[in-house]
Amino acid sequence: MSVIYILITVSIFVAVVFLFAFIKAVKSGQYDDDYTPSVRMLFDDELVKSTNKLTKTDKQKMN
Amino acid sequence: MDTNNCFHCGNEIIKKDEVVFDEKSFCCNGCKTVYEIFSQNDLSCYYDFENAPGATPQEIKGKYDFLDDEKIITKLLEFQEDTTSIVSLYIPHIHCSSCIWILENLQKLQSGISSSQVNFPEKKVRITFNSTDTSLKDIVYLLSSIGYEPYISLDNYETGKKEVDRSLIYKAGVAFFCFGNIMLLSFPEYFEVDEFWINQYRGFFRWLIFALALPSFLYSASDYYVSAYKSIKSKMLNIDIPIALGILVMFVRSTVDIVFDYGQGFFDSLTGLIFFMLLGKLFQQKTYSFLSFERDYKSYFPIAITKLNSDGTEIPVQVYDIEKGDRLLIRNQELIPVDGILIAEKASIDYSFVTGEAIPIEKKSGDKLYAGGRMIGSVIEMEVLFSVSQSYLTQLWSNDIFQKKIDQKHKTITDKVSQYFTPILLLLALVVFIFWLFIDVSTAFNVLTAVLIVACPCALALTAPFTLGNVLRIMGKQKLYLKNATVIEQLAKVDTIVFDKTGTITSNKKSNIEFEGNDLTSEELSLLKSVIRGSNHPLSRKIYEFLPNSPKLEIQEFEEITGKGIVAKANNLIVLIGSASLIGITDESDTKQTKVHIKINNEYKGYFVFDNQYRKGVEELFKKLSNKYELKILSGDNEGEMENLQSLLPKDTELIFNQKPEQKLEYIESLQKQGKNVMMIGDGLNDAGALAQSNVGISISENVNVFSPACDGIIDATQFSKIGYFLKYSKNAMLTIYMSFGLSLLYNIVGLSFAITGNLSPLVAAIIMPLSSITVVSFVTIMSNFYAKKMQ
Repeated sequence: MSVIYILITVSIFVAVVFLFAFIKAVKSGQYDDDYTPSVRMLFDDELVKSTNKLTKTDKQKMN
Repeated sequence: MDTNNCFHCGNEIIKKDEVVFDEKSFCCNGCKTVYEIFSQNDLSCYYDFENAPGATPQEIKGKYDFLDDEKIITKLLEFQEDTTSIVSLYIPHIHCSSCIWILENLQKLQSGISSSQVNFPEKKVRITFNSTDTSLKDIVYLLSSIGYEPYISLDNYETGKKEVDRSLIYKAGVAFFCFGNIMLLSFPEYFEVDEFWINQYRGFFRWLIFALALPSFLYSASDYYVSAYKSIKSKMLNIDIPIALGILVMFVRSTVDIVFDYGQGFFDSLTGLIFFMLLGKLFQQKTYSFLSFERDYKSYFPIAITKLNSDGTEIPVQVYDIEKGDRLLIRNQELIPVDGILIAEKASIDYSFVTGEAIPIEKKSGDKLYAGGRMIGSVIEMEVLFSVSQSYLTQLWSNDIFQKKIDQKHKTITDKVSQYFTPILLLLALVVFIFWLFIDVSTAFNVLTAVLIVACPCALALTAPFTLGNVLRIMGKQKLYLKNATVIEQLAKVDTIVFDKTGTITSNKKSNIEFEGNDLTSEELSLLKSVIRGSNHPLSRKIYEFLPNSPKLEIQEFEEITGKGIVAKANNLIVLIGSASLIGITDESDTKQTKVHIKINNEYKGYFVFDNQYRKGVEELFKKLSNKYELKILSGDNEGEMENLQSLLPKDTELIFNQKPEQKLEYIESLQKQGKNVMMIGDGLNDAGALAQSNVGISISENVNVFSPACDGIIDATQFSKIGYFLKYSKNAMLTIYMSFGLSLLYNIVGLSFAITGNLSPLVAAIIMPLSSITVVSFVTIMSNFYAKKMQ
């Protein structure tokens, strides 16, 4: 058994895994909306920021 | 921060209405309330992403009472099980990242909502909620209270959930997988040298390639077989026949090659070809998902309306269940769904959906109300005359033209070319085959298959999708949104353009009148008003309404000179009202504006000037277009504006007035019977029939998100003067396609010269095919971008 059989089998196997990952991603609807996620990923910690801001303005008011 | 604009919605603040809260100024209480809601819930960074992103919440009292009805709710929900419900709502106001952020944080505003997700391109929000803690009605009220009122129409009621077709992406994915791997595995044989190891593993490589080609051949390319079969069946030769034939022949020949160990076959070219062609299809599939080109009256109509029972109680009733004789309650801003008779003292109805005319029409008790009008002001009652489907407006949709499928309406340019290409190719293959039969039988078969393989019009098939897809995108950036790529071909063929008048070449804004000249005394004003009373000319009516109320004077003499004006005598003063020539002056200033001059007792007083209500650039556009196109104007209005239009537009423009919706449709049809390719540009629902009948129906809209009738394209009103440019650009796009056809045919000829002489090796095929595809694709992309730039 030559090493070329193993290598090619492995390479094809990896390619098949990626193909399935792609098909699954499309099926789950990931490619239906390609704009909103790009905006959404920037949101995460906005809420924390807003409370900080509020306390800041509160402090200003107290002064 | 600009203090003159509302912190929430960005509208200009009128001083006396200004509301100051939390050191910020708002234009009205509604905007302030939304801000209050957000800041109380720690959501005020809504204002951080975008300046003034909000909208003023509208009054919706009672509008969504129908959401109490279980039957209607079930129809609207996307998913429902136990207590979990999911609903997708269309919200026209979604326009920026602030909108996404606030709508995805809805659960902080209402406890029953578990999550919400925005689909920005479609302007939709998908809300998952617990139906025991909250209801659909509560959610809709919440959304409305923060300025994001969803749009729920009859359309939602009927369609339910739509299936998304993603098969093309799957096919392209599989094709790419096959193509990539086969390419890698083919390399050893491209550089074939008689080395020991290659000879040893040749069989393994070849059969692996064969196995990898199967999914591409059987699955990815399946659309071509189906289309070719259909085209043979309907006896129309389209481009898919030589493609399917090429693929088939390539596969069989390659299989034979490796079975009998003649060579490595053409699997690399085969899978590459399939992948490139699917890529072209994907590229062309650009759609504007936030726009809808298929709307009919259903997207305008509400799902339910309030019905008055005989005992005076109000119940929501589904629009389709309305019967003749029912009494309906129409609130402010509600749409009248059926024809009926007004029972309130008076009402003003805005028919802008139907006619494009923005000025509301006054109706008195007993007047007939037509479906499609929007109620403005107080609450009215009406009695139903016809059910929804029998109403005047909706009857238009029973015309056959709305049943036709648009795809079948036209033959595409590629199909037309392939009408010649396919028979010539088959003939050539046959001739060459017979020729070689006399020399060598086995070479003859080789040559036959090689011809069919190399002539497979892959580059030809790629030309149109890539050019048109690119043009579609370029036009979209300039705010002309076309339904699909075939519209461009139709656009290039247009020779007659029909415009609607109101709302299309005129803008919907109310025209303003101003007086310029010496100030008129109150005596003179009452004199003018009394004189003008007697005239029925539309300009007179407008001036009459413009002038303040004043005591009536007795008219001693009165004469109206058609096309000139009025000569009258009252209070022993001679009054001249009319054009410059009547007054006896020469008007050297701007002639585009409509003016009415005034002369009292031989003293020139000045003139009334009418704000130009026509869209900017109408005159230049018509002048430019009149050289190449036949121009016509179809109007639902009376002839009042005729003179005005005639002076404004080129002389050979045909003007037709008093056209009902069906007459517009018939008029377009009669033009088409004369062999003309008609483009219709309109806006209201009354143009819907004409838009559908015409070869290209373009709907013009002040705000493309707002509703426009079914059409082939939507153009932003600000781009109106560019119509000439778009038409020319589409012609250049077709020119690009023809040039590219020439280029790809050149490749075919080169390839054929290899094939006919029996020298087509897999390596040559593997080079020629991708090379031709890539040249063609880059050629058309560069050319279409070049034309777009050059013409600006």
